[in-house]
Amino acid sequence: MLDLGPHAAFIWSSYGIVALVLGGLIGWLAYDGRRQQRLLDAFEQRGITRRSASGTQRRRP
Amino acid sequence: MGLVADLANPSRFMAYSARVLPWLCAVAALLLAIGLYLTVKAPPDYQQGETVKIMFIHVPAAWLAMMAYTLIALSSFGLLVFRHPLADVSAKAAAPIGAAFTALALVTGSLWGKPMWGTYWVWDARLTSVLILFFMYLGLIALRSSIEDEALAGKLTAVLSLVGIVILPVIKFSVTWWNSLHQPASVLRAGAPTIHSSILIPLLVMALGFTVLFFALHMKAMRNEILRRRVKALQMSEVERAAARVAGPATHPAE
Repeated sequence: MLDLGPHAAFIWSSYGIVALVLGGLIGWLAYDGRRQQRLLDAFEQRGITRRSASGTQRRRP
Repeated sequence: MGLVADLANPSRFMAYSARVLPWLCAVAALLLAIGLYLTVKAPPDYQQGETVKIMFIHVPAAWLAMMAYTLIALSSFGLLVFRHPLADVSAKAAAPIGAAFTALALVTGSLWGKPMWGTYWVWDARLTSVLILFFMYLGLIALRSSIEDEALAGKLTAVLSLVGIVILPVIKFSVTWWNSLHQPASVLRAGAPTIHSSILIPLLVMALGFTVLFFALHMKAMRNEILRRRVKALQMSEVERAAARVAGPATHPAE
């Protein structure tokens, strides 16, 4: 165990909060990305796609 | 500039970021692991003792708090002047990440201040200006979420973020302009850094690790935002099709 002196609680708390916030941010971004992808996949399964994705863009004259 | 122009197409950005993101994550993890190892091995400061270890996370968080805002302001400029298609996506994605790093700078600074200054908080120029920066982030997020029209929300948020950039030099020079409990700049200053290399090296490695992590988070948040806009566009087109089906028989009665 690290000996961080008389102010160890402040040091551990700082690192703990940083780990918690950054971990939360990473978790939230991963969850949000999966959620948006699932929603997009659900549209595709119903045959609804973006024009650019389906390759049916209107041709310019 | 060429890469920025190339990535103006969201589909091209999605393909590019899918390749780059895993590498960014791996580099960030590696740098942070090395940084943490160097942090543990760093000697105690002759005045502050082991509490100097808080600096290895506090300073990078504070730097990134300011860098994220700079990125938002640059993206906002890109939106308003060049109408870059991804500029608004970039600005929107950076705001919550910047707010998180600003909150971390405030909290870790507070936890460092108590054993060193004897108080968690003083209404000192540096601390107060960083608190204002945090409120600026919250203001940008609140303004955007209060307007339903995405394009209008982007423009108004861009104007507000450009006005708010005045806070950055105030934060940077607050320790020089006013009497402050906060120490003056010791790394990014005219002349050489005033920190011994045994503490400077872990700090720089941690700062680099935090910076790469920030760009990885920002890229992921941009990808999520592009997906969200695609979902929204499909939902809108589905609603329009449904409305057309309902309206169809009334406008074109069966013969």
